[in-house]
Amino acid sequence: MTTDANALPLRGLPRDERAPRTAPDPEAAIRRAEELRRGLTGNFRDEAVSSIFAEAERISKRVVRRSGEAGRDWDQRIDRLVTSPFFGLPLMLIVLAVIFWLTIAGANVPSAMIATGLFWVEDRAAALFGAMGSPWWLTGFVWHGVFRGLAWVISVMLPPMAIFFPLFTILEDLGYLPRVAFNLDFLFRRAGAHGKQALTMAMGFGCNAAGVIATRVIDSPRERLVAILTNNFVPCNGRFPTLIMLATIFVAAAFPPVVASLAAAGAVVGVVVLGVGFTLLMSWMLSRTVLKGEASAFTLELPPYRRPGVARILYTSLIDRTLFVLWRAILTAAPAGAVIWLLGNIYVGGTSLATHSANILGPLGTAIGLDGVILLAYVIAIPANEIVVPTMLMVYMGTGRMTELDSMSELRTLLVDQHGWTLLTAVNLMLFSLLHNPCATTILTIYKETLSAKWATLGALMPLAVAFLVTFATATIARLLGWV
Amino acid sequence: MTAHNCETCPAHAHLAQMGLKVERFDRVVALAGNPNTGKSTLFNALTGLKQHTGNWPGKTVSRAEGGFAFNGLRYKLVDLPGTYSLLSASHDEEVARDFLLFGTPDCTIVVADATALERNLNLVLQVLEITDKVVVAVNLMDEARRKGIDVDVRSLARDLGVPAVAVVARTSEGVHALLTAVDGVISGEMQTRPRRPEGTREFNAAIAELVPLIEAAAPGVPNARWIAIRLLDGDVRVEQALRAGELASLVARQQRPDDRFSRKIALQGAQ
Repeated sequence: MTTDANALPLRGLPRDERAPRTAPDPEAAIRRAEELRRGLTGNFRDEAVSSIFAEAERISKRVVRRSGEAGRDWDQRIDRLVTSPFFGLPLMLIVLAVIFWLTIAGANVPSAMIATGLFWVEDRAAALFGAMGSPWWLTGFVWHGVFRGLAWVISVMLPPMAIFFPLFTILEDLGYLPRVAFNLDFLFRRAGAHGKQALTMAMGFGCNAAGVIATRVIDSPRERLVAILTNNFVPCNGRFPTLIMLATIFVAAAFPPVVASLAAAGAVVGVVVLGVGFTLLMSWMLSRTVLKGEASAFTLELPPYRRPGVARILYTSLIDRTLFVLWRAILTAAPAGAVIWLLGNIYVGGTSLATHSANILGPLGTAIGLDGVILLAYVIAIPANEIVVPTMLMVYMGTGRMTELDSMSELRTLLVDQHGWTLLTAVNLMLFSLLHNPCATTILTIYKETLSAKWATLGALMPLAVAFLVTFATATIARLLGWV
Repeated sequence: MTAHNCETCPAHAHLAQMGLKVERFDRVVALAGNPNTGKSTLFNALTGLKQHTGNWPGKTVSRAEGGFAFNGLRYKLVDLPGTYSLLSASHDEEVARDFLLFGTPDCTIVVADATALERNLNLVLQVLEITDKVVVAVNLMDEARRKGIDVDVRSLARDLGVPAVAVVARTSEGVHALLTAVDGVISGEMQTRPRRPEGTREFNAAIAELVPLIEAAAPGVPNARWIAIRLLDGDVRVEQALRAGELASLVARQQRPDDRFSRKIALQGAQ
């Protein structure tokens, strides 16, 4: 208990406050305390702490009466299964797969409906603008640029989020998250990281910035930094739509329709598992290099399972999470839509700026199995990962506006037949999307939590380097083996 | 949401939820307790806010503030991250401890889990060491009843020397009695005599001698007694803070909302 007491920090306090140096000397108090300490017999603080423990036990014995263990049985029986060394991890993967399957299978139809509706609005509005005599560039900028950017983000993101977040919140309210942390603890410990990093990682699925803030539950500064720097390796909600789309076009297409959505869900689970793998690998590497140290022990309460409240789940998942994330996406998509439109419509020497920049990025993109357009999309999407796909499609179409594609099969035709996508492109894009640098909000959050530009920079550049290395390796191997 | 029953429930006759309107308030009340005991649920029930709640320890990592009015007085309610002890070191627990020590709330509600009272009482007793103005809310009484656990809150209150109230934050059961106790403790109508471990005579004498020295060195610091104990214990960090004059700025900091984080990011954190 005394070591605990010594660890008591008053750290992180602002040092710049103009606190007056008071005339009475603090040294007097400190010196006197030292003298008095010597005069005290025994380890008084240990005694005080143990007297608190004894007192708590005495009081609770007096006031708590147990008349049975009803109900406790069920919790324990379920926990034996959920946290068992054999079934724990597979059960987790199954739960994850079911959630993604429900998300993918359920989101397709509403996505298409929202897209059709919003694009109909765009056409009508653009026509109306034209009829009212507005210049072509104004119509293009407002409706084919800004509005189309918004329409894409809403139709691609809203339905999956409206399904994914309530399911995730149910698990959270039920009490499943601490069990996940319990199951993964041994892996994190081996990686030299804190077991509670599993909790912050789970938060990262919703939003990496939130995951970074959640690391405050980790006591040791070293392990907290490890958790902050590696949080980005789980795909956040902004990146799920990209992953889901790629899985649907390239993986699901290779399977008969009956199992297509299952296969797509399986592919997304695979990517998530890979992300967890990279989290562990990079944690391991960090704890052996810049953040050397051993994993510290901790206690984790497994709370009783509680029945989730329907109203609360709907509120939390739809208002707090879905609308909040969507709003952020809209705020970044609108200006990005404008930038995309400008890049596509300003011509220098006969080609648009978009094509110019894509050509410059081309060789680098090709080296890692992607192309210049995809990299350009990632550069434009630094504020928010949600808009990578629409940006990409817009530049591909070269129409100077984001593209309307009614079905996934048309999208496949565009990518494969016209722009030479291969399975390697799809796989590497999924990998790149999983591993690349965090969005601007997350980088800013890392800075705010660590108050260090160094760690924020590392938090941005390390994943980027990993993404380039991994995709370069897969592209090179695939080419050497003659797969593409 | 728990708040929805309030209109029909007679117990809420005097409670008015004020959400985020906390600019003007008469009293400050802190919500402390072990992780996952339902502090945020109680916070929501009292303020009508929708602070994110979840069934896992460590969900709240920064302070949340809300308001309510009770018997015509405006209260600012501060929801703190859960903590097992006041001596621990992770950032979320630090947030809780610093506010209890230096934020000078008019009253602290310590939320305790009725199904694991003994462990929860450790924190209650530690909080009682630093302040008299405490009300214990024994929460999750419904869960306890289901498990066949009965908590005798009257003898608990007698043993602790401060009011103890049985509540079910989810359904707002017992909330009125809780607020009445808070009101009584702040106004002084309800005298508290917190149970504290008896120190040895030398120890008490040493503390008595140090307290004035500390009050002189860091004017306006509440809980000079706690700092005295830390100094006697040889806590280097507290010594440093005292030397650098940081204690005063720490107190000032507690009066402001958690300033390292914009509201927007705090909201994301709440997810």
